[in-house]
Amino acid sequence: MPAATGDELRIVGFLCNWCSYGGADTAGVGRFQQPTDLRIIRVPCSGRIDPLFILRALFHGADGVLVSGCHPRDCHYSEGNLYARRRLEVLKRFLPILGMDERRFEYTWVSASEGKKWQTVVHKFTEAIHELGPAPALSEAQVARAQAVAADAA
Amino acid sequence: MRIGVFVCHCGSNIAGNVDVGSVAEQALSLPDVAFASDTMYACAEQGQEGIIEAIRDHGLDGVVVASCTPRMHEPTFRRTVERAGLNRYMFEMANIREHVSWIGKDKEANTRKALDLVSMAVSKLRYDRPLTPKSFEVNKRVMVVGGGVAGIQAALDCANGGLEVVLVEKQSTIGGKMAKLDKTFPTVDCSSCILGPKMVDVSQHPNITLYASSEIDELSGYVGNYTATIRRKATYVDWEACTGCGLCMEKCPSKKSADYFNEGVGTTTAINIPFPQAIPKKASIDPDFCIRFTKGKCGVCAKVCPTEAIRYEQEDELVTEEVGAVIAATGFDLFDTSKYAQYGGGRYPDVITSLQYERLLSASGPTGGHVKRPSDGKEPETVVFVQCVGSRDKSVDRPYCSGFCCMYTAKQAILTKDHLPGSQSYVFYMDIRAPGKLYDEFTRRAMEEYDTRYIRGRVAMIYPKGDKYVVRGADTLAGTQVEIEADLVVLAAGAESAKGSPRMAEKLRISYDKYGFFMESHPKLRPVETNTAGVFLAGACQGPKDIPSSVSQGSAAASKVLEMFSKDMLESDPQVAAVDIKRCIGCGKCVQTCPFGAIEETDFRGQPKAGVIETVCQGCGLCTATCPQGAIQLQHFTDNQILAEVNALCRQPLVTSFE
Repeated sequence: MPAATGDELRIVGFLCNWCSYGGADTAGVGRFQQPTDLRIIRVPCSGRIDPLFILRALFHGADGVLVSGCHPRDCHYSEGNLYARRRLEVLKRFLPILGMDERRFEYTWVSASEGKKWQTVVHKFTEAIHELGPAPALSEAQVARAQAVAADAA
Repeated sequence: MRIGVFVCHCGSNIAGNVDVGSVAEQALSLPDVAFASDTMYACAEQGQEGIIEAIRDHGLDGVVVASCTPRMHEPTFRRTVERAGLNRYMFEMANIREHVSWIGKDKEANTRKALDLVSMAVSKLRYDRPLTPKSFEVNKRVMVVGGGVAGIQAALDCANGGLEVVLVEKQSTIGGKMAKLDKTFPTVDCSSCILGPKMVDVSQHPNITLYASSEIDELSGYVGNYTATIRRKATYVDWEACTGCGLCMEKCPSKKSADYFNEGVGTTTAINIPFPQAIPKKASIDPDFCIRFTKGKCGVCAKVCPTEAIRYEQEDELVTEEVGAVIAATGFDLFDTSKYAQYGGGRYPDVITSLQYERLLSASGPTGGHVKRPSDGKEPETVVFVQCVGSRDKSVDRPYCSGFCCMYTAKQAILTKDHLPGSQSYVFYMDIRAPGKLYDEFTRRAMEEYDTRYIRGRVAMIYPKGDKYVVRGADTLAGTQVEIEADLVVLAAGAESAKGSPRMAEKLRISYDKYGFFMESHPKLRPVETNTAGVFLAGACQGPKDIPSSVSQGSAAASKVLEMFSKDMLESDPQVAAVDIKRCIGCGKCVQTCPFGAIEETDFRGQPKAGVIETVCQGCGLCTATCPQGAIQLQHFTDNQILAEVNALCRQPLVTSFE
């Protein structure tokens, strides 16, 4: 039950536990102020993220989805983020085909020490989503169709 | 399900920016939430007791704590719910401090966000299942990577604690940077006199296997059961046979080889033992300078060697070692001073680095401890030290303080006066940072007893004038320009991460910061642990450190290993992948994807199926995102759990499951 009202938009963040979640913690410890729109879901590795999570979020009313993991080659699980990079890039190119604005989805790499960078990433992405405004509501038929396409592709 | 929600004030850390009472109150309306309250400090004893009491009083079977980051206190609260009789995995955390109260000032927005995070945690918890850890055996051997003073200390402490130790050193001798120092601050005792015996202890210890001239090629496995592939680089000398007599060095005709040990001050022979106290004391050939390798003839060393130890055809050799833990002690490198073109480091022969000067001061150095100018061999009368060359300077991407340069500059100024009583030293500094025991007193001695002139200000440029060098800088205390004619200029180089440290971090699967230093698990409370279980840090690979800190970190890392090895069995994290055999179609995609080889193909009534080796699985979930059937699920991070969190945030939540 989302409580977002007023100017706030719904931004879902998927962050890997080791780098970016740590980076967001580092930003917190450093008191680097950020907009409040983003809510973070912690996953063990960016490679854990099924592109369908992102689609599901976008189809069901999220205004933006941000994924962040460890810098390529610096993965706690050796190569998880390399898998993530391939999947996420394919998804990004696939979004327009599904009728989604691909600007509503972004992926970045932020390490646990980069609190300042995390702050910048959040600011930039939130700003970009606010420029796009709230996601247009999809009809049930649209959702069903897009999901069928996505399921076929997966 | 009956869920309890506890919203922590964290003093005013959270309560100051989030209406915690209202979050707790609204949480009561979330599905399955049977109890909710706010608490002053959830992690304190009283807070934990409160949680236990509530679990018992209200018959809770799942708990959400909204407080700080789970990277900090998740283990604490897991133990708490366990004490109340719940399974430790029936617990979720909402991070409303680092991700809410500390980064937003708007209390209303923060409160909404905190409630969202709580609602996500509750949604996830509704899909949590009790998990039970499995135990596995530990291989009680430890590998120490790097044979500097931190690595030596860690290896000795582990070995004395009864562990078998494998010590791997890149150079042909252990000792690291400390072996190159003449004296140490603030006691001015001789570096090799205190390090030497420790190096000998390493070579003689029955529990230590030393691989010098060796590097880590690969590390695989997991905590308690690592397999390391070590590359023993070709030294072209059979070290079994070499006695370290040094006859080859005497006779080698190639006498202009780069002298790495002496920091390029002076030259050495192509076949050499880096210094007389080297451990192991074995010769090795530098193929870049050896006449046999460059021109195809010579072979003098082979002729004179009394034990016939020379092997020109030797090749790199790979050995594998099985260990249960790894201590990284790979040290640091000094900043390349030639990046400051205006100082002329590397261009002017008498503008040298601090470590080069250390070799000039050392009795076992190229000049036998006589301070002579590299250009003409004359004794300098005026020596100028320039501090913060490659530290506290954003313009060269080294904004951090290297910590020990203030002290070694003071030491070198004192030693200069000892060596050349008629000389005068000047130190250009930014601030004096001398926080260690007896450190400030030591710098004062350099100023007061040894008449070193400290000038506060940066040096703008250094240029030659006749056979002297003009050092031009500012005196910011006097507000004037200063020009000093120096015979010798010593640039106090800052510390940076060792070359190739990101590559090493990737091999060890640990994180590194933007400067290449390895990241500790927690900067305050877990300073020698990494986020990879069984890999520990010691010394300057984690950040610039002086000798006492490196030694204490070496000991600390050793104690962590000994603590880990005090148990015969370790518990594995049960947050691993599990296969739903009915759904699995045996396509083998998960087997191909798993970076750890933790999934194997099994036979189930004649059908191929995936099987997870639970002790090998690291819980990344790559397989879960790969499986086309959703048949393999990372427990505690299942598709349903992550989607439950997504749904909690979305405008049009879905009730149907993802599977």
